Amino acid sequence: MNHLSAESTPPSPLILAEEVHKWFGDFHALRGINLTVYPQEVIVLMGPSGSGKSTFIRTLNGLETHQSGRIVIDNLELSRDSAALDVIRQEVGMVFQQFNLFPHLTVLQNITLAPVWVRKWSRSQAQAVALQLLERVGILEQAHKYPTQLSGGQQQRVAIARALAMQPKIMLFDEPTSALDPEMIQEVLEVMLTLAAEGMTMVVVTHEVEFARSVAHRILFMDQGQVVETAPPEQFFTQPQTPRSRQFLAKILSRSQLRLTP
Amino acid sequence: MISPGAQRPTQRQLTVSQWLGQNLFATWSNTLLTLVCLAGLGLVGGMICRWLLLYADLAVISTNLRLFWVGRYPLAQTWRLWGILTIASGTLAISWTLLVSLQRRTLMAWIALGLVNGAFSLAGGLTWGIISGLCLWIVGGLSLGQFLRHRHPTLPWLWLLPVQWVLALVTTLWLLGGGWGLTPVSTAFWNGLLLTVLLAVISIGLSFPLGILLALGRRSSLPVIRGLCVIYIEGMRGLPLIGVLFMAQVMVPLVLPPSMQLDQVLRGIIGLTLFSAAYLAENVRGGLQSIPPGQTEAAQALGLSAPLVLGLIVLPQALRAVIPALVGQFIGLFKDTSLLAIVGLVELTRMGRSILAQPQFQGRYLEVYLFTGLIYWICCYGLSMGSRRIEAILKVGQR
Repeated sequence: MNHLSAESTPPSPLILAEEVHKWFGDFHALRGINLTVYPQEVIVLMGPSGSGKSTFIRTLNGLETHQSGRIVIDNLELSRDSAALDVIRQEVGMVFQQFNLFPHLTVLQNITLAPVWVRKWSRSQAQAVALQLLERVGILEQAHKYPTQLSGGQQQRVAIARALAMQPKIMLFDEPTSALDPEMIQEVLEVMLTLAAEGMTMVVVTHEVEFARSVAHRILFMDQGQVVETAPPEQFFTQPQTPRSRQFLAKILSRSQLRLTP
Repeated sequence: MISPGAQRPTQRQLTVSQWLGQNLFATWSNTLLTLVCLAGLGLVGGMICRWLLLYADLAVISTNLRLFWVGRYPLAQTWRLWGILTIASGTLAISWTLLVSLQRRTLMAWIALGLVNGAFSLAGGLTWGIISGLCLWIVGGLSLGQFLRHRHPTLPWLWLLPVQWVLALVTTLWLLGGGWGLTPVSTAFWNGLLLTVLLAVISIGLSFPLGILLALGRRSSLPVIRGLCVIYIEGMRGLPLIGVLFMAQVMVPLVLPPSMQLDQVLRGIIGLTLFSAAYLAENVRGGLQSIPPGQTEAAQALGLSAPLVLGLIVLPQALRAVIPALVGQFIGLFKDTSLLAIVGLVELTRMGRSILAQPQFQGRYLEVYLFTGLIYWICCYGLSMGSRRIEAILKVGQR
């Protein structure tokens, strides 16, 4: 999977975060995060809850504002300028833990909304692309249903298709399988695996060890607002370097083993 | 696990006597309650029938129908009123089919409504030609709405409806008031139900967007805007409507330069609109608060600009969440137009009072007030029914 390591260094990073700090009131949520992501890389963020991984991934498309440091997405710096922010957001797709589909629109309308209104595609073009995407995530037959008529796994696949419809350069996944019933996790992960195999640049917050092991180029382990450890997956899961990451891994590995026992 | 013998219990059809036994005469206390209620209903019904048959003089209604409907609008200009009725029915018909798919039942109901309409107009001395024309127009409007919906199912018809209504309203006002080739008719001659409906429709149409703006302003992150909206909303809600109406009649002329004096009807509309908008704003704010922040975030993450997030994602969901409250407010507004009788507008209520002043019908309070009440009830119940239908249609796919 690590097709990048052998190649020559890519020209410029898609994501560049330098010394990112964020406070919620007095609470110091992010304490100087650094991250560089090159095209076609898959980064997995792990860490206990409250470690700041969700907050950090949300700063990458400006859903949370950082108070100091620098974030550059595809050579555009994230700032408070809302017009620039809208341009960056068009290039960065996001998938949420709670899906956040628009309940008053059909599946097809959910997917075509942004291409029609933001990219200014014709409705027929947007629909053609949307139907292709729905076929790719395996729920073409649900196109005219409303989100609430779908299962959680189907809703999350629609959410992925909705983000992909904008043809983003980067996809952010914020715990995409955490709200799903166990038997639906696999169908969402499979879509994400295909996406990674096709060379999409991805930043994923997840506890799914198998997913991280098979597609991640690097794993960032975060704790208390800091990146404690950065390592390729095979090294991270077999020889974690810090006591904190060893403790964390012991917990989630035993959990995933538990799930595997019949 | 379903046991092999398990079956869905079949729904038995009850006979009349079984239904009565189960619902009205199940226990001795239930029986007693039923009998008391029946006695009460019989008493009231009997009194009404006795009054209708022995004492009521419905001539006060039938001779004054024209006054109830349109008041002193010039007889020679009656054709303009028919034009307005035609536009109004056409607009309603098109709106209805754009919102609700057309069923034969609906079509029948509309034709029936047209005929009833015609029956009333016969009492006002109008020809069958106009009546049948009206029916044709309604049927035509319904079919046009249906045609458009099927031909272009993807177009956002819901958002085109306001345009249609504004056009209809502008034409209506032109036909009513004259000018541009028509004999001018002063607003002093716009009376009766015509004025009531006009006041209500325009005030509803104006207070709705104003209410939305106030609700958005109250949630604004800019302290000045937020402060102003809070002061306006809380100030208005602290005043009685009748006070606001008096202020609109008396204060507005004082504020404006003498060269720019507003019409009495317009001042009435301003008063109603300003008052109602404050209440609507609070209803809309409730709807806005019910939308989870994830909806806004998802829309923002797709690159939608702030106005698009609001117009495509937040407002449609927020407004449909509070339809019952909004319609309640509209019904209240419709009935509140009767307060304008006190400040001198001859709408339905005031018209009733002036009919009571006719020497040959002195003392016929009950007939006139019951009839007026019936008209208000029909209009408000119609609003309520329409809103329930719209709510049912828009419910599709709601959480």
